[in-house]
Amino acid sequence: MPDVDATLANTADKLFVATIVFYAVAMLGYALEYAFGRRAAVTASKARVLAGAGGPDVAESAGDDAEDEDEHVSERAERLGITMNQANRAGVVALWLTWIGAALHLASLVLRAWSVGRVPWGNMYEFIIAVCLVGVVTWLVVVMTGMAARRLGLFITLVAILLLGTATRLYTEAAPLVPALNSYWIAIHVTAAVIASGIFMVGFVPAALQLIRRRYDQVQGSGRTLRFPISLGERLPAVANLERLVFKLHVFAFPLWTFGVIAGAVWAERAWGRYWGWDPKEVWSFVAWVIYAAYLHARATGPGGRRLAPWIVVIGWVAMIFNLFGVNLVWSGLHSYAGV
Amino acid sequence: MSVDVREKKAVATPRRGRPWWKRPVALARKWWGQLTSMRTALILLFALAVGAIPGSILPQRTVNIENVNAYFAENPDLAPFLDRLWMFDVYAAPWFAAIYGLLFISLIGCLVPRLREHFDALRRRPPDAPARLDLMPEKASWTAEDDGETVARLRSVLRSRRYRTIVREHADGTVTLSAEKGYLRETGNLLFHFALLGLLVGVAFGALYGWHGNRILGEGADNAFCNNLQQYDDYGLGPNVTPADLPKFCIQLDDFEASYLDNGQPMMYSADLRYGEGGGAPDEAYHLEVNEPLRLADNNVYLLGHGYAPVIEFTDQHGNVQTSSTPFLPMDAATMLSEGVAMFPDANITPEGVRDKTKQVAFEGMFMPTVPDEAPYTRSLFPSANNPAVMLFAYVGDTGLDRGRPGSVYALDRQQVASGALNAEGQGFLLKLGESKQVAGGTVTFKALQQYATIQTRSDPGEGIVLWSSVALLAGLLPSLLVKRRRVWFRVNGNDVTAGGLPRTENQAFAVEFGELVAKAKES
Repeated sequence: MPDVDATLANTADKLFVATIVFYAVAMLGYALEYAFGRRAAVTASKARVLAGAGGPDVAESAGDDAEDEDEHVSERAERLGITMNQANRAGVVALWLTWIGAALHLASLVLRAWSVGRVPWGNMYEFIIAVCLVGVVTWLVVVMTGMAARRLGLFITLVAILLLGTATRLYTEAAPLVPALNSYWIAIHVTAAVIASGIFMVGFVPAALQLIRRRYDQVQGSGRTLRFPISLGERLPAVANLERLVFKLHVFAFPLWTFGVIAGAVWAERAWGRYWGWDPKEVWSFVAWVIYAAYLHARATGPGGRRLAPWIVVIGWVAMIFNLFGVNLVWSGLHSYAGV
Repeated sequence: MSVDVREKKAVATPRRGRPWWKRPVALARKWWGQLTSMRTALILLFALAVGAIPGSILPQRTVNIENVNAYFAENPDLAPFLDRLWMFDVYAAPWFAAIYGLLFISLIGCLVPRLREHFDALRRRPPDAPARLDLMPEKASWTAEDDGETVARLRSVLRSRRYRTIVREHADGTVTLSAEKGYLRETGNLLFHFALLGLLVGVAFGALYGWHGNRILGEGADNAFCNNLQQYDDYGLGPNVTPADLPKFCIQLDDFEASYLDNGQPMMYSADLRYGEGGGAPDEAYHLEVNEPLRLADNNVYLLGHGYAPVIEFTDQHGNVQTSSTPFLPMDAATMLSEGVAMFPDANITPEGVRDKTKQVAFEGMFMPTVPDEAPYTRSLFPSANNPAVMLFAYVGDTGLDRGRPGSVYALDRQQVASGALNAEGQGFLLKLGESKQVAGGTVTFKALQQYATIQTRSDPGEGIVLWSSVALLAGLLPSLLVKRRRVWFRVNGNDVTAGGLPRTENQAFAVEFGELVAKAKES
């Protein structure tokens, strides 16, 4: 029997806890920046962050709207006793904390892989952890390349923490693979599924934010009172920017998911004798694929389709989540590797 | 799929005053326009996604027939109603076929004209520059050195970036250079969608010409099996396959091994086989594992599961010894607690050869690979045979085996028990390996333990089509998402150069690309 290195596995678990703590503190930092940060400064600081510099104290004129908004926010910040610059600095710290969290996250996965001598996604717990890592890293790349504002990390870290928190409920002891999973195809099929899922996760966030911002614009235009969560829209980027980000992420994730499903079919032929058998996991992977395909088509179908597109992305992510939790925990099938 | 829905509709709407015989044609065109519109395709895509869901919620006959039967037993009122809606055969249901059938018709209706258009576009030269290049989304103008080579230089800049170019000289002395690239986008898009059709063809071909069979294969030469339908526990033949079409091969299981972690998690299953093809004796060896199927000429053999077959010996009142090694089927994969029967229809035949049907003997019970130290003996502690035991219940009477009624060989005929023809005798009793007990007028012994492998043989001639269609699908998907179609024009009038650029698909990077292009053009 191959040994499981208990010390390594233990360290991996500790690093995992540290990861969540780092993300949680980062989320607080992002929240401060989101609520009280200078918007114009955020825009200007992107290039600076890219260059590796710190404090976003150089403001760039970003139109009257942003200045009006900043004035409004400044008053709010003063009531809490912090300045807008401090809030922006909290965002910078949060970004660093996210980097450190991601490094710990990666280390935790690597140690777990090392402790059992295999790829670290052999059960549901490990799968979710890996998906979140891909999500966080994708987000860091998005921020670093200036595709989105740093403060939106609030929502990514929120989703990541929620998922990681759920993963702790599904904790599985480090162990070798069951025979059906013991194939080099796990490195191909599951890796593709992990990466695609992680990017879909990041893609879902701006789609949801896009819906909030769109509603915010409508409500504000009509002069009605804003309520949570629509009131969040005040500090969100313009609908068009969010929409472009959503599209970019899905253009990236969709072929990966397609490849993952095809690779799964090739593996299924080897392991179970048929390439497609409508196992619940296969059904829901197909459902998610069809929904995301519908998103890409809707987006190319004029204004009506474009209005629908973010909703389709949200439905697609619901299907992905269902594929992950519903199929593994509620119905048993050939993919029941949750280990719980 | 046709992108502009409204335009199509306008064309197809029947106008008033049209002769009556043309109305059906107009109506048909209108409906065809509707069916091939993107909006319809979107609705059908959603219908397909939603339609697939019940198949993951309700048990499916093709996936697990036992679960379907259990569902019928638990929901006697609801199940027949659901069955009428094909809810237990969702993926073979007419309504499911209608959804993807319409989707594929819609797809073809939209692909064929697009294919024609794309062919034309590939042969056509990029169109001449519009009169006002300054109205283009990207534009530039500058003064170049007039040495008569400007156009040639511009052209080489574009060509080095793999633009398709054409130079046109005009009567007023100006020269225009038109360039376009990104044709691969539409090529890829068409390839992707045609690959979907290929996928469907492959699946259909496999369904028509494929076959499969499942079989429990015990260890030893006695249990060897050859490929014909009677030898399978269950099987499925495509509509275009007859039993005579099945390839000839025989398989024998020499040894099965399973290893487990301390917590009972399986680590490895392996089956040492010998096989012979084309009617030959089974003498080729193969080490069959879960992810290592045996690939024969016309079909594959897969290891799907395993289990135990306790060898039970019964000595009747006349001293006749019979053995049974019927496989016990696992009830719990984690502990390999299994259930099964040992039947002795030839028990109690008198030395004179007189057969008394009412004195046949059968045992029904459970097998525990690792029996617990104390009762209840209805559980197993571990999946491997560390301390094997059987818990048996004896029956005497007519087992019903020689009545010719088809039934499972892995369970007692419940009708015989219900009718009183087969009667339970005494209490249940536990036998560890090697132990015996006096029962039913004879002696029963748990003699030995064998293992068996559940194997599947399968042939799917559509697999190749499906695989290559999938490859084409991916190969088409990438350029259809990543490649951008764009046009660039230059107009040279003596020293003056004007340039315009038009991204024909959404393309944020185009402004940058155009800027670089212009910079390069000015340099040259």
